[in-house]
Amino acid sequence: MSELQPLLHMMHISKTFPGVQALRDVELIVYPGEILALVGENGAGKSTLMRILNGVFLPDAGGVLPSDADAGQILWEGQPVAIHSPHDAQAVGISMIHQELALIPYLDVGKNIYLGREPGGALPGTIDWGQLYTRAQEQLDRLGLDIDPRIQVNLLPLAQQQMVEVAKALSLDARLLVMDEPTSSLTEREVETLFAQMRTLRDQGVSIIFISHRMDEIFTIADRVTVLRDGELVGSERVADLTEEQIIRMMVGREISTIYERSDHPRSAEPVLEVRGLSVRDTLDDISFRLHRGEILGVAGLVGAGRTELAETIFGVRPTSAGTIAINGQEVRIRRPAHAIGQGIGFVPEDRKAQGLFLRMGVNINVVMAVLRRLTRWGLIRHGQAEQISADLVERLDIRTPSLTQRVRNLSGGNQQKVVIAKWLTLQPRVLILDEPTRGIDVGAKAEIYRLMNDLAAQGVGILMISSELPEVLGVSDRVLVMHEGRLSGEFDPRTATQDDIMGAATGSTLNRKNGKAGAQ
Amino acid sequence: MSISGTTTENVVGARKHRTVMAARLRQGTVFLVLLGLGLFFSVTSDKFLQGGNLVNILDQNAPVIIMAVGMTLTMIVGGIDLSVGSVAALAGAISAGLIVRSGFPVGVGMLAGLLVGLIAGLVNGSLVVYGKLPPFVATLAMLGVARGLTLVYTEGRPISGMGEAYTFWGTGKVGSIPVPVIVWIIVVLIAWLVQTRTRYGLHVYGVGGGAETARLAGVAVNRVKLATYGLSGLMAGLAGLLLTARLWSAQPQVAVGFELNAIAAAVLGGVSLFGGVGSVLGAVVGALIVGVLSNGLNLLRVPSYTQQVIQGIVLVLAVTVDIYSKRLERQ
Repeated sequence: MSELQPLLHMMHISKTFPGVQALRDVELIVYPGEILALVGENGAGKSTLMRILNGVFLPDAGGVLPSDADAGQILWEGQPVAIHSPHDAQAVGISMIHQELALIPYLDVGKNIYLGREPGGALPGTIDWGQLYTRAQEQLDRLGLDIDPRIQVNLLPLAQQQMVEVAKALSLDARLLVMDEPTSSLTEREVETLFAQMRTLRDQGVSIIFISHRMDEIFTIADRVTVLRDGELVGSERVADLTEEQIIRMMVGREISTIYERSDHPRSAEPVLEVRGLSVRDTLDDISFRLHRGEILGVAGLVGAGRTELAETIFGVRPTSAGTIAINGQEVRIRRPAHAIGQGIGFVPEDRKAQGLFLRMGVNINVVMAVLRRLTRWGLIRHGQAEQISADLVERLDIRTPSLTQRVRNLSGGNQQKVVIAKWLTLQPRVLILDEPTRGIDVGAKAEIYRLMNDLAAQGVGILMISSELPEVLGVSDRVLVMHEGRLSGEFDPRTATQDDIMGAATGSTLNRKNGKAGAQ
Repeated sequence: MSISGTTTENVVGARKHRTVMAARLRQGTVFLVLLGLGLFFSVTSDKFLQGGNLVNILDQNAPVIIMAVGMTLTMIVGGIDLSVGSVAALAGAISAGLIVRSGFPVGVGMLAGLLVGLIAGLVNGSLVVYGKLPPFVATLAMLGVARGLTLVYTEGRPISGMGEAYTFWGTGKVGSIPVPVIVWIIVVLIAWLVQTRTRYGLHVYGVGGGAETARLAGVAVNRVKLATYGLSGLMAGLAGLLLTARLWSAQPQVAVGFELNAIAAAVLGGVSLFGGVGSVLGAVVGALIVGVLSNGLNLLRVPSYTQQVIQGIVLVLAVTVDIYSKRLERQ
């Protein structure tokens, strides 16, 4: 491949923000018709590099070495190009699919796809709607999507919205697509469709930069991989020449023998949480299980199987229609989150930014949010004590933040998640429910979260962990429950069960698995 | 390997059904409220349904309807314009002053009035776009400044004597239809075409629904916002001319509080305070609801103090229904 002229060559790219060197002398090469995986931990500089490519940021003018006269230059088919805005990037032939959905919720699919590039109508300034919807339909057909281009986008399921965004990028006739974790909310089948489409595009000569945290996806789809760490280029290699361990080592710069950690501590026989016959109208049907002291109980299942709903119901967010919940053998009534918190239940939600954190407030305030009542005297917060508590937890959980008052939105995903967990630790919880605890978190931080979960379990906390990542469910849990369409469809011992066993129960495909307790104690 | 999957089909089906119901409910709500009010007043007052009264409603509410058109665009783009009442007064005063005091022809004076509105709107827009001021603050300041300038320019006294070529726009008739009615129908028609047929119209929704997304799609976000505030000012200026023509004089205290009527009309018509949603046609119906309510209550001889209470309650009820139906839609 190296004899080919690169489609894109970003040379000696550095970017300094006040107080931070985000990128240092990074080179990125993309050849025509290849899929390049761009990997690195959060904060490694992937997003900054991609924003420079998209014209959102300009690279620093000077290079690291004075001799780097071409520092900060971007070559497109060997010619220098100036990309000063997303518009410039589009004009060159670069199109981005962002991690956060970049769709206008109240506009329909067709308008979203062609916003900013509407086919003109008879009079200047007008739009030829017929043409617009015809073209939109063609783009959707090309992806094999059964979506009406006239339907309002926010009425579609999240996965379909994502596909609309892919369709939007494809409609730009881009020669280089940047896909930032495009699979994070797609189903297995949709991921396959997307990958098939990506391969077709590659065969048509389109290049793709693919950002993902999932190793299996990188090995499935990518031709080459470029690894960034702490704002520097670690290396670019053919994927076929590397193993998963090698890539991880390049990313974290240290050996991680096993990311997943199960400490196999003895767990108590006494249930700290017992759920009997729990039902919620239209969502949960007759759920019964026990969570023991010091146990990590994994909950697997498809998106929409009712796992988050189960967690929210236990935490008092949703009203139950039947069933009971007992804490330490005592039946309790939980009708509001405050009741659950009073019973020593903590809940780390799936969407930490929207549900777990006050993004614009400091680390210290976020940590003590759940114990404010205890820290209040005569209606006033005792800031000294609050400071003490948050300082202790920041140290204990190794939360990397420049200061206690740092706004949480400026922390990396892994550190944000630790802040959410720290919030619950202030309560010394009996039960901690974690919903997708490592979503969007890089490998190094994942390992730390697992270690933390094990520490808590060793101290006797019962942990309920909902996860869509099968290696995680199997690698961390002491026991695994599987849900399917609002019911428990299986219970497994992760030491003996395989990913296929769990998938079987999660899809409800095999009858005996659905009812059985395959592989359980 | 990771697992995930779609919700089961019957759940999706049920969701779709509820969504369609909610959408219908919302579209129908404003019309139903208007019809209901009309029905109520035609039963309770024998004067309500008389042709003269109905035309009167359309006529009297022309300024608010025109302001509501501008307000709708501003709110869809994600902003608000609190200055429309004051800007209307300023436009009326300057047009009348130029004609009466400085001896300019009527046409020039009226164009100058429109220009005053446009400029005030563009200043609002510049403060929001380039000064990064919250729209609420920028237009609140303009509310004070424009009213103050009106009082300074008129020295607190009405300006009258513009002549019939001017007052025709407020009191004249074509056939049996009052001129202000023709004006607002044309304005609404143009605004509707702009909203449904033009790039600018779509971009207003795009910017209000997600400014960053729109920017990344190549939409000139700043220009769209600027143009929208400019249009709102222009509409306020036009409303000011109609009011001045109707009153045969430029009154420095005219149109006080009209911005609240325009906002109420827009909100009743389904415009979201958070941007991205709404239509001028809805806002017109919203304005007519406010107009019919006050007309009907007058016919029933309800004291004006009590009327304000009733108007507040109607606004709350209508918006509550809207929020409830949106919640249905989201589930």
